[in-house]
Amino acid sequence: MAAYFFLLCGSVLLARLPLKAILLRAAVVLPFSATFACVSLLSGTTERAIGIPVKSFLSALGVLLVVATTPLPQILKALESLGAPRIALLVIQFLYRYLFVIFEQAQHMRLAAKCRGGFGGGHRSKFKAAAGALAVLFGRSYERAEGIHQAMLARGFDGHLRLLSTGRIRAVDVAFLTAAVAIPLAFRIGAGR
Amino acid sequence: MPDPVIQVRGLRYTYDDGTVALNGIDFDLYPGETVALLGANGSGKTTFVLHLNGLLHGSDSVIVCGLPVIAANLPEVRRKVGVVFQDSDEQLFMPTVLEDVAFGPLNLGLSPEEAIARARKSLEQAGIASALHKSPYHLSAGEKRRVAIAGVLAMVPDILVLDEPTTYLDPPGQRELLALLRQLPQAKIVVTHDMQFARAIASRAVFFEKGKIAAAGSVDELVSRFHWRSE
Ligand SMILES: Nc1ncnc2c1ncn2[C@@H]1O[C@H](COP(=O)(O)OP(=O)(O)O)[C@@H](O)[C@H]1O
Ligand SMILES: [Mg+2]
Repeated sequence: MAAYFFLLCGSVLLARLPLKAILLRAAVVLPFSATFACVSLLSGTTERAIGIPVKSFLSALGVLLVVATTPLPQILKALESLGAPRIALLVIQFLYRYLFVIFEQAQHMRLAAKCRGGFGGGHRSKFKAAAGALAVLFGRSYERAEGIHQAMLARGFDGHLRLLSTGRIRAVDVAFLTAAVAIPLAFRIGAGR
Repeated sequence: MPDPVIQVRGLRYTYDDGTVALNGIDFDLYPGETVALLGANGSGKTTFVLHLNGLLHGSDSVIVCGLPVIAANLPEVRRKVGVVFQDSDEQLFMPTVLEDVAFGPLNLGLSPEEAIARARKSLEQAGIASALHKSPYHLSAGEKRRVAIAGVLAMVPDILVLDEPTTYLDPPGQRELLALLRQLPQAKIVVTHDMQFARAIASRAVFFEKGKIAAAGSVDELVSRFHWRSE
């Protein structure tokens, strides 16, 4: 486990990312996994109780590393060449594209609310206002989805998505992938488990 | 007179919630002309536009280049009628500009190489070839509008329909849009609240009111008849 940790930290440093910030970010999963760890502890499996938070922290670190260093289109291409279903990738693409748009909408609404005195008052009324805003946001997102669908139909979309290209795997990518799999594997074998 | 490229007779449309959005529209568009659609918010202009390529179906009284707009003719009708929507964010849905503009040609059955060639050509035509590999999210409003127009031009349409194309554009952006549209030979329908723009681009205009065409004439005639100015 420690070896994985150092491997990931080394990669973070190699990618010139701020180590401390990344470690802190990865730590956000800990409260969740700690809950499950407690459950395991109570049911008497100490080994799992330790494993859950450690593993989830390392996974989060790995995910952060990939997301911080690789542009989304490349991650998607890689997933595609690994055989991930196209429709799933497309959903991720759309999500990524419209996350910004929806985020902007939410910002506008927050600003509008602030201008009119904000989500003030007690916890109760704050919660109510936030719930209302969420409902409006959902409604707008739904409308937008309809608009996008219409725009797709208008340009001849018939339910079959045709895309320009699929990324080709190059020799460098193969070499990298081999190393990326081989090094942790060596650790695992070396650790004798 | 030549045959109209779009012919609409007695078109009615009621939304699911009971709103009567179109209540008997008669309209003709002739080759090469540009018609401005004027009228208040909610008067039915967008609803009308959505009928021209079969996104909405009121009655079978819309004919495009001799083809009734019915399910069997939709692929052909949607190739002939290019619609540029009001909200570019909804029109540009692919991750990059190139992929977005190539979306239509691919749907027409072109090979990826042909689709890319078409996309490059229409981006050039729309004066935005530099944005080829950008993400639509990172473009300005004016650039988005150009890319949206390029996406429609890549279908090589006979008719262009633009719903409030000057929205979100700054004055130079509006001027450039005007210059671009003027050099495109297609017959055009332009929905707009911008009378200066309407005057500059349209050879005639119609005025929508509560789902009907209340009057037709030159932009200036309609402006004075309906007091359609902000001052
Ligand atoms: N999806 C919808 N459902 C119900 N009513 C709608 C919908 N879209 C538009 N309307 C109503 O139809 C009428 C015409 O709207 P629209 O065609 O958008 O007008 P315009 O484009 O001229 O502003 C309005 O009363 C509007 O509220
Ligand atoms: Mg409208």
